[in-house]
Amino acid sequence: MHPASSIIVFTVLSGLGYGLAAFLGLGLLDPSAFATKVAYISALVLIAGGLLSSTLHLGNPRRAWRAFSQWRSSWLSREGVLSVLVFVPLAMSAWLCAMEGRYSAPIGIAGSLLSLATVFCTSMIYASLKSVQAWHTRLTSACYLLFSLAGGALLGSAFGVAGSGSASPLSFFALVLLISAWTVKIAWLRHLDSLKPLSTPESATGLGAVGRVRLFERPHVTENYLTSEMGFRVARKHAAKLRKFALLLGGLLPGALVFLVLAALLAGAEAGGAAILALMAASLSHIIGMLAERWLFFAEARHAVMNYYGG
Amino acid sequence: MTSLPALPTPKKLGLVIDLDVCVGCHACVVNCKEWNTGGYGAALSDQHPYGADVSGAWLNRVHSFEVVPEGGEIVGEAGEARIVHFPKSCLHCEDAPCVTVCPTGASYKRTEDGIVLVDEEKCIGCGLCAWSCPYGAREMDLAAGVMKKCTLCIDRIYNETLEELDRQPACVRTCPANARHFGDLGDPSSVVSMMVAARGGIDLMPEQGTRPVNKYLPPRPRKPLAASAGQMPKGEDTSGATGFFAWLDGMLDRI
Repeated sequence: MHPASSIIVFTVLSGLGYGLAAFLGLGLLDPSAFATKVAYISALVLIAGGLLSSTLHLGNPRRAWRAFSQWRSSWLSREGVLSVLVFVPLAMSAWLCAMEGRYSAPIGIAGSLLSLATVFCTSMIYASLKSVQAWHTRLTSACYLLFSLAGGALLGSAFGVAGSGSASPLSFFALVLLISAWTVKIAWLRHLDSLKPLSTPESATGLGAVGRVRLFERPHVTENYLTSEMGFRVARKHAAKLRKFALLLGGLLPGALVFLVLAALLAGAEAGGAAILALMAASLSHIIGMLAERWLFFAEARHAVMNYYGG
Repeated sequence: MTSLPALPTPKKLGLVIDLDVCVGCHACVVNCKEWNTGGYGAALSDQHPYGADVSGAWLNRVHSFEVVPEGGEIVGEAGEARIVHFPKSCLHCEDAPCVTVCPTGASYKRTEDGIVLVDEEKCIGCGLCAWSCPYGAREMDLAAGVMKKCTLCIDRIYNETLEELDRQPACVRTCPANARHFGDLGDPSSVVSMMVAARGGIDLMPEQGTRPVNKYLPPRPRKPLAASAGQMPKGEDTSGATGFFAWLDGMLDRI
């Protein structure tokens, strides 16, 4: 599948934003701290930026409002509806924190639940497609949710340490979630590597009863929408290296940084600029790792239509 | 509404494509483009039509496959491999995944005849329906930013201003080999249904669970080439010659 940069940026940034919003909604950060106010604004900016990016790949973005209508059948529509609905509690929570310095549990928890539901809908857009076998597994949703939460906890812990001047429980969550997210992601990758193709050139042409089927001639000599959209092949060449890169920057490095910060703070070190800087660096590293992970998510997935194109 | 019709549609209009007959001439491909660029919805655009990297939206394409039987030779005239030309357009599936994934309601399946269509006024060009289709039946029109697909020539088959003979899809009407047939596959007594029953018509990728309406008739079994070898006239053998040719054969032998 073609890894469209607008969709990669969307799923990474809004995933991070929703993860941060989900933790903010639990009220673990001091609402009167300046850093918490910045955290609320950051979550909203990340989500809105991601959503705007997602409209860039549309052929007719001015009709995007129509996507709110088919929530009964379409995961994309459900995602659209929830991504707007979630702004109500998130904006209210952000207002309460930024203007009045308080936290309201019912509004906060509503925001957390809706944030996670939105990420779940995003994941189901991919997981519901039978035509892309690599994505058609429950592990896809688990990966999206866990990566979103891990990123949110990581970024949240930076704001938490900055706001409270002491160790934040979010650092601990970040560590646990990074480990769980990558455990599930590695299971997802194993699933991908062990896939037996559901459809083959034989089943695609119905000629399996005659013999083994091989593409002799494509319909046209040049590329078309299908081959450029579903037949992306560049990344597979570097897949093994990129997987390691994603794990290193998206998991190991931020995990090590957050562990060091947590250990130092619990040992009685002062929660100064170094700790905040380390957690910010961990978050940035995680974002870069996630961009690579998401790029591979598309580039490594094979679409059933390629059975007709010899790919 | 992007939910599929709740009940089976009374009619299941579709195509039956005979892989034994198709000669791979691409006439259906060209006539499809010709009709549909001026018919239903936006024109079927091409990108860089006179450049080196030409591409465009087509609703019907012909692939060619090489099929090698068990133990058969792959290359060469003496081999057992055969070429099968394979036209492919929308299969108007009964469980069409392209319909249910559509976020806007642009993609729908008609309750009266089962034709799957795109309402281009509602399409936002997100491309998810093309992702959901395992057959590659949908292609984005990059100029109009909307999804294009086979309409089963809905503007021909119900068009009373056309002569009755012409009220069938452009690809079917133009096929010089008569490899494409149009009809109601929901009616077991229709000509297309009888063809499917007689020839063992098949679904493409049944494992995808889409229940396509269009059916493909598999190529008829072929004799191995070696079986026909004995019937070939042999240039060296003159034993059957009579009369003048027998005399000429004898005379030429003696020279």
